Amino acid sequence: MNMRPATSPPLLKVTNLVKTFGSDSGLLDKGTSVRAVDGISFTIRQGETLGLVGETGSGKSTLGRLVLNLIEPTSGRIEFDGRDITGIKGADARNLRGAMQMVFQDPYGSLDPRMTVNRLVSEPLVIRGYGKDEIAARLESTLLQVGIDPRMGKRYPHEFSGGQRQRIGIARALVLSPKLLVLDEPVSALDVSIQAQILNLLRDIQRRTGISYLFIAHDLAVVRHISDRVAVMYLGRMVELSSSAGLYRAPRHPYTKALLSAIPTPDPGLEKTRYRIPLHGEIGSAASMPSGCSFHPRCFRARHAARQSGVETEAWRDERLPSVCIRQTPELDGGDTEGAAACHFADLADSFDERTTEKTDTSSPTLHAIA
Amino acid sequence: MSTTTPTRPVLDIRSLRTVFPGPSGPLPIVNDVSLSVRSGEMLAVVGESGSGKSMTFMSALGLIEKPGKVESGQVLVDGVDLVPLSRRELRAHWGASISMIFQDPLSGLNPVFTVGDQLMEVLRAHRTLSRAAARKEAIELLERVQIPDPHRRLKDFPHQFSGGMRQRVLTAMAIAHRPKVLIADEPTTALDVTVQAQVLDLIDALRRDFGMAVVLITHDLGLVARHADRMSVMYAGRVVEEGTVPEVFASPRHPYTRSLLQSIPRLDTPVDADLMTIRGQPPLPGTVREGCAFESRCYLGRGRVDCLRIQPVLRNVGEGAHLSACHFHDSLQDNALSA
Repeated sequence: MNMRPATSPPLLKVTNLVKTFGSDSGLLDKGTSVRAVDGISFTIRQGETLGLVGETGSGKSTLGRLVLNLIEPTSGRIEFDGRDITGIKGADARNLRGAMQMVFQDPYGSLDPRMTVNRLVSEPLVIRGYGKDEIAARLESTLLQVGIDPRMGKRYPHEFSGGQRQRIGIARALVLSPKLLVLDEPVSALDVSIQAQILNLLRDIQRRTGISYLFIAHDLAVVRHISDRVAVMYLGRMVELSSSAGLYRAPRHPYTKALLSAIPTPDPGLEKTRYRIPLHGEIGSAASMPSGCSFHPRCFRARHAARQSGVETEAWRDERLPSVCIRQTPELDGGDTEGAAACHFADLADSFDERTTEKTDTSSPTLHAIA
Repeated sequence: MSTTTPTRPVLDIRSLRTVFPGPSGPLPIVNDVSLSVRSGEMLAVVGESGSGKSMTFMSALGLIEKPGKVESGQVLVDGVDLVPLSRRELRAHWGASISMIFQDPLSGLNPVFTVGDQLMEVLRAHRTLSRAAARKEAIELLERVQIPDPHRRLKDFPHQFSGGMRQRVLTAMAIAHRPKVLIADEPTTALDVTVQAQVLDLIDALRRDFGMAVVLITHDLGLVARHADRMSVMYAGRVVEEGTVPEVFASPRHPYTRSLLQSIPRLDTPVDADLMTIRGQPPLPGTVREGCAFESRCYLGRGRVDCLRIQPVLRNVGEGAHLSACHFHDSLQDNALSA
């Protein structure tokens, strides 16, 4: 969690990454392609954690798999440790696996039930032809690192609890001393008290080894807790990229704002006074992507912007929205820097009038209560 | 929120005990649980997996499958004890006086019938209604749960609905007969957070408008803080703390509750501090022998003789009805959580 100088070269650099599933339109076929990841760029520095949050269908898991070279991007570029690794295959790809590893959500499904902990954790070393002594030494130190007693190494996954299984999954990912770990919802299947153990463990490992994390989850509070910077995704695009502290203090994208306001805080006093931004409708799907800014059908700010003077509007269903929101896809206004948002009206002050206010008794409808 | 006049609780669970056979005798999964909720009130039941929170209400509704069984206790719904009733007798109460919605909104709907057919079937289960009248009421129900364009959506199949919409349909079914009590078992856990907020707002509105008593079973303390009036914390099959939501959050009187509150990452606290953790794992259901089930994980009582030997009794520890089952609840009195 230490702030490293922004000048250190990025460990991972992703540029304009696109992943399309399904067929493109052909001569007779209208095409049913889905742009699951739609032009994403970001970097991760050594020792840094980038958090990736988004709801179902935001493309966050697809992005994780693209970074790990588990699926091939349709276009775009991925550089790791100064090398272009986009679409590499064969021995190169296998070598890369040692430097980049993944931890999955389901500690039950991702461990072979017929293998002992020792075999599970040492398997990556065996595949790479490490010597017997080296394997034994690394196995022991890795198990100790994740808080599993090496004497339990002869046991099978079913003999462990969910939290311990996730520790074993992390050990397996760490045993090759990777530089980057992609963690896809690593704590969402765990109970609250166990979640905290794993989050603290991950932070502790990072402090000691300087490993980088791409931490993917839907729980914003969890992501904020572990990340240096947080990227918010919506329908395949990054809509906001910010420092962990900044995202909560001063969210700029209307989706981020709404998301933050929807998350309940475990504080009854605060919950009584907090204002919640109502969103129109539900998240769309990447298969029927809205034109322009994909958030415009649900966006409160677009509706507010349409009432400002000098904003060109047009009819959308039975209301009027700014033309620019309907026609143009907004870019992240700060590129890869903190505090960037992809919104045509990123700096327009929001106002929530009576008609859109859920709790009318809140005299100061601000999000600042949770900053 | 909690301005309801004191009346007899509409759901009153008394000393409920549910057991499953174990290798050395019956294992109590629900152990001497008493809970009650009044009209218009929302009670949150909080606990981790295996704490018995879902099993308590499955037991209350007579949904425990063999070889499990409700061994003792009473479940009074508006004064009628459900425990001795046969399955056939229970059917008259399900949906009519007490309803339940579950976590997974897809498995609660039959994929081969339209949503309209399923809603109408529910409506006609307890009343004699013509098809046309049932259809009219089904549309009203869908409107009530804020499903846009209900005339058209009636003809759709469950897979044509999003997760949030399906949970609304199930909620519509659960409230079709205006039950006095609605049990919502992790109703929004499978949903995205923006949709979750919409579904819970809906349940809140139904509670206000119909004076329904709601039990929200959840592990999410944020939802509890936002929606509930009172809360019960369960651990290893027992209630370990109970009280009004503001009181329990402000001064938890059981070390488990306190640890739980401090182990969740929050949006409004500094990011640099490590989270408080609770050592070890929750005990497997029904395996606690004697003493306090939380003893081995407790920062306060670990290794203390009383905690090892004596099962703590749930007793009044503060003003009003703040209950705690901890031998050392007194030492938690004056150091309220520094939030």
